[in-house]
Amino acid sequence: MEQFFFHTVAGLVVLTVLECLAILVPLLMAVAYLVYGERKVLGAIQLRKGPNTVGPFGLFQTFADAIKMLTKETVIPSGANRALYLLAPFLTFVLAMIAWAVIPTNNGWAIANINVGVLYLFAVSSLGVYGILIAGWASNSKYAFLGGLRSAAQMVSYEVSLGLVIVSILLVVGSLNLNDIILAQRHVWFCLPMLPMFVIFFISALAETNRAPFDLPEGESELVAGFFVEYSSLAFGLFFLGEYMNMILMSAMTSILFLGGWLAPFNIAPFTWVPGPIWLILKILFVLFMFIWVRATFPRYRYDQLMRLGWKVFLPFSLVWMVLTAGFLMATGMLPVGSANGVG
Amino acid sequence: MITQITFYLFATILVLCAGMVVSARNPVHAVLFLILGFFNAAGLFLIAGAEFLAMILVIVYVGAVAVLFLFVVMMLDVNFNQLREGLQRYAPVGAAIGVALLAELIFTVGRLKLVPGVQEPTLPGPQISNTEALGRLIYTDYVLLFQACGLVLLVAMIGAIVLTLRDRPSARRQNISLQHARLPADTMEMMQLEVGAGTDALGGFIRPRDGYGATAEPIDARALPARRSDEKLGA
Repeated sequence: MEQFFFHTVAGLVVLTVLECLAILVPLLMAVAYLVYGERKVLGAIQLRKGPNTVGPFGLFQTFADAIKMLTKETVIPSGANRALYLLAPFLTFVLAMIAWAVIPTNNGWAIANINVGVLYLFAVSSLGVYGILIAGWASNSKYAFLGGLRSAAQMVSYEVSLGLVIVSILLVVGSLNLNDIILAQRHVWFCLPMLPMFVIFFISALAETNRAPFDLPEGESELVAGFFVEYSSLAFGLFFLGEYMNMILMSAMTSILFLGGWLAPFNIAPFTWVPGPIWLILKILFVLFMFIWVRATFPRYRYDQLMRLGWKVFLPFSLVWMVLTAGFLMATGMLPVGSANGVG
Repeated sequence: MITQITFYLFATILVLCAGMVVSARNPVHAVLFLILGFFNAAGLFLIAGAEFLAMILVIVYVGAVAVLFLFVVMMLDVNFNQLREGLQRYAPVGAAIGVALLAELIFTVGRLKLVPGVQEPTLPGPQISNTEALGRLIYTDYVLLFQACGLVLLVAMIGAIVLTLRDRPSARRQNISLQHARLPADTMEMMQLEVGAGTDALGGFIRPRDGYGATAEPIDARALPARRSDEKLGA
């Protein structure tokens, strides 16, 4: 048995497929309950009940919505570019899933524990814009096109500061491996010494996932629904799933880079009894709650304000902070030089 | 075996994509084929064991450069048949660039040396990740060239900004610090009106003395007849 799974190609393929399922099936369930949770939290913040009819406490509301959505007719606009129009939602959905291959859920537990994990995550999250841009263009509709263009400009802008934040983390850790980044936070989570970067990363993550207050690409009040205005049925559902999976992914990224990933908050007895994956899930839930909290609290940004914030506030600030971090590490001799595979 | 199959797969798709970039009728399709080409190039890097370069290729070219390409191509109304008319004229330039690139490729692959005495960089051992190996090489032996590359990019960036920066006086810009520094006294004027007298008794409406970059002097309300309430009502 062990011989088959660990030493033959077929066995390794079977094992990897099982690992993928072990990540993706809970992830899809998590999306369903994230939607439910979001509506409940929004309801509580706005002094309403939220969904409470389908199933006990409305727990099956999302599934009812999903069934309704899947039974709708798939409409392809006559002027649309068919191939690209259908490609876009799949692209969004697939990109939201493949990023999970490198997320470590416990010490060394990841489908692929690769050396350049952070870069991989960053690359996948920067590709997310294509789904939106292609959807906007292929729909052959004014609103969708405007939404797509807005989204492209917005995501490219915020990626820059996101990248600089990641670079300052890497300076401290000295490795691109996600597991090493978590292990480097054994003594103190990066959200404390790097608090300003944590704030910038969180806000940029909101912009990357097109969440309120940066949801200009969909902007209901001006663009109807933005880039997916022409989509219906399954295609719309894939966009929807992709968007929420991206939210969870960004929360996981925030947890790993700043909140110590699967590490317990304190390295003492009652905390260390709880297994690592539970801590990671709790942290992801905390960040997700903040996503929803922000949505309920802040009004949508105007487009020029969004650009101003990205280029004139976040970019210079994160650049200066990165130089300061490097300078501080150099001055105190803490620069992790020569530790290719882990922190000293 | 598997490595070879994947190599030929990536390489075949890459070459096909490169052909489609040139021959596609729809410019948006051309850019999308270019992106697919980038992906396959990244795959080739991965096979060669250069995972850092592969990821950087995807981040920089696919995640940033090609997005802007796509952005521009989608917005432009390009007539490709019109562009093809200039083909004869520009073909020699393209051919020259192609020859130069081919020559570079031959020099690299054939390990030909034009300058004597240049040492080949020593390959680092397998215990060093290729991110670190690249970093060591770039920031030690080739630091001047690397910095020069940075300067070239800086010049290009400044050039792009200078070319596109236009000071349009008609543009309405938001000055947030000016907005924050605004006091009620600057913008409001409290008036005491007698009952039944109307604002004309005080000389009509007085507009804000100091608006956003507007004239600093108070505007005489009587010079703006259209704003007077009684005339509006009468009209």
